[in-house]
Amino acid sequence: MTKMTYRDAARSALRDALRGDPRVFLMGEDVGRYGGAFAVSHGLLAEFGPERVRDTPLSENTFVGAGVGAALGGMRPIVEVMTVNFSLLCLDQIVNNAATLRHMSGGQLSVPLVVRMATGAGRQLAAQHSHSLEGWYAHIPGIKVVAPGTADDARALLLAALREPDPVFVFEHAALYPMEGEVDATGGPGEIGRALVRRAGTDLTLITYGGSLPKTLAAAERLAGEGIEAEVIDLRSLRPLDTATILASIARTHRALVVDEGWRTGSFAAEVSAQIMERAFYDLDGPVQRLCSAEVPMPYARHLEDAALPQPATIAAAARAMLGRDG
Amino acid sequence: MTLPSRERGLDLLRQMTRIRRFEERAAELYTVGKIRGFLHLYIGEEAVAVGAMQALTPDDNVVATYREHGQALARGIPPGAVMAEMYGKANGCSRGHGGSMHLFDVSRRFHGGHAIVGGGLPVAVGLALADALQKRAAVTACFFGDGAVAEGAFAESLNLAALWRLPVLFVCENNLYAMGTALARHQAQTDIVRKAEAAGVPGQAVDGMDVLAVEAAARLATAAVRAGQGPRLLEARTYRFRAHSMYDPDLYRAKEEIERWKASDPIGHFVAALRAEGLLVDADLAALEHAVAAEVDAAVAEAEAGPWEPVEDLLKDVYTAAERR
Repeated sequence: MTKMTYRDAARSALRDALRGDPRVFLMGEDVGRYGGAFAVSHGLLAEFGPERVRDTPLSENTFVGAGVGAALGGMRPIVEVMTVNFSLLCLDQIVNNAATLRHMSGGQLSVPLVVRMATGAGRQLAAQHSHSLEGWYAHIPGIKVVAPGTADDARALLLAALREPDPVFVFEHAALYPMEGEVDATGGPGEIGRALVRRAGTDLTLITYGGSLPKTLAAAERLAGEGIEAEVIDLRSLRPLDTATILASIARTHRALVVDEGWRTGSFAAEVSAQIMERAFYDLDGPVQRLCSAEVPMPYARHLEDAALPQPATIAAAARAMLGRDG
Repeated sequence: MTLPSRERGLDLLRQMTRIRRFEERAAELYTVGKIRGFLHLYIGEEAVAVGAMQALTPDDNVVATYREHGQALARGIPPGAVMAEMYGKANGCSRGHGGSMHLFDVSRRFHGGHAIVGGGLPVAVGLALADALQKRAAVTACFFGDGAVAEGAFAESLNLAALWRLPVLFVCENNLYAMGTALARHQAQTDIVRKAEAAGVPGQAVDGMDVLAVEAAARLATAAVRAGQGPRLLEARTYRFRAHSMYDPDLYRAKEEIERWKASDPIGHFVAALRAEGLLVDADLAALEHAVAAEVDAAVAEAEAGPWEPVEDLLKDVYTAAERR
């Protein structure tokens, strides 16, 4: 294992993929000369050249659609969309083409496309660069959705995405890029559709993913100091969702708090909560709770942005309340 | 027009007639409920698909719109597979998942059947990119209507194809109406060739009611594309004789306008030209119509006899099965 940042781990996966498979190429806004808006692709143009590391115009709908077409044509495109908010400009190609072509063609086509994008808040980028819309994408059959919450997963899940025959959307949390972690720098792909217990515990289960994972683990540490042992599940994959790992944990802890940076109404947390209610109702000692972002366009000012997001303190407070320990 | 040999002439006529009779039957079948959903007829525009398709090889890609029965048949998808698809049967070319608007046949590199206006253009650019990156000498022919020029995908796709010099033949079937809105009512610049040229894509307008003119223009354009000169655009000026879809009461066009265009019916004109040159006699025409009628009958029989996909397979092919990876 090597210590490296989430950003460098993602880049190591890109580099390995480009080295290992001539069908792989990367395209997107400023992925080449600029080195990527978040510097993920820094250095790749020099190593692989402009055929395989392609700067695109600011035409999200067309370069994602071109990714769909290139995938149909036998390539393994990796398309970078600068942020999830910009991905709204390519929803047509994602929802109407990438997700549908296999089924709509009667199983003739496969679209082995990987789309990476930065998601989430925490960098004072305000209401057009900070949202967490991966839950929307998880609504769509025909695509897969992963959200790495550790540096190791930034590599492993991207490599896994490249092995899929169908479109995979990789949501990299923008606030995690500088985060360091232990990475298996020569490791292979992770498993899409498998959640991991990141911290074992007995008193309640905290279910989260992506940018909220480090915060939730911090909250769990805080709770441990108070004698509360929280189990922390990292979903890693929103579609497919590993409900077995969630249900097994709840069978042990009997309480569940879902922490999700998306807005609460219609959130992915609501989906997780509903699955637990449908399938583990009699295991529960109390209602499933959700801690989500405040229902507001993300504000710029630091103190307001902090207040809008789940934080270790608010996660810990929600956990305490569920256990009747809110002093 | 310079007429081709008798054999070639009869082949083009047969292809256009096949589309016309196939669609006339489809319209009948729609009224009796055999075909449901949307049905967009191509009647009047047959010369565009048939003419343009002559310039393509089996290695080329085709991307089409929701008004694509003509392209599908001209590309060689068997009429029975298309009819069965419209019936929603499992022997349809998309196994009944797509219907009239979403015909696919990967073996013929026919990549749909796209019902989001302009939605096929980025996909065509990507198919061409894949060919370019894999050093395959193929052209991707992308059909779309005049309505699509209003979409961002049109400007974006032409730009990207030109920027990367990709082998795309953009074929704009300008039938003058985006559903019910006339071109001049939604575009300040109605000259589609000028729009293409503004994006760096050389374009040419052609009489879309003249199959030989379309073929000649398509051959010229694809030759340039194949020579590595980047994308080309063909604007085929044409007209649909029928309403936009079976639901459309056609209130937005003057009857006189429709009749005027019908006077330049691509099939009628071509028949007259072949006759005038002595390449076609009444007996040929009768034989051709007879053969086409038999083909259409066979297509309907195939659709009627086809099985329904078992409901148990509903969720099959949302994702690629593990064994296909």
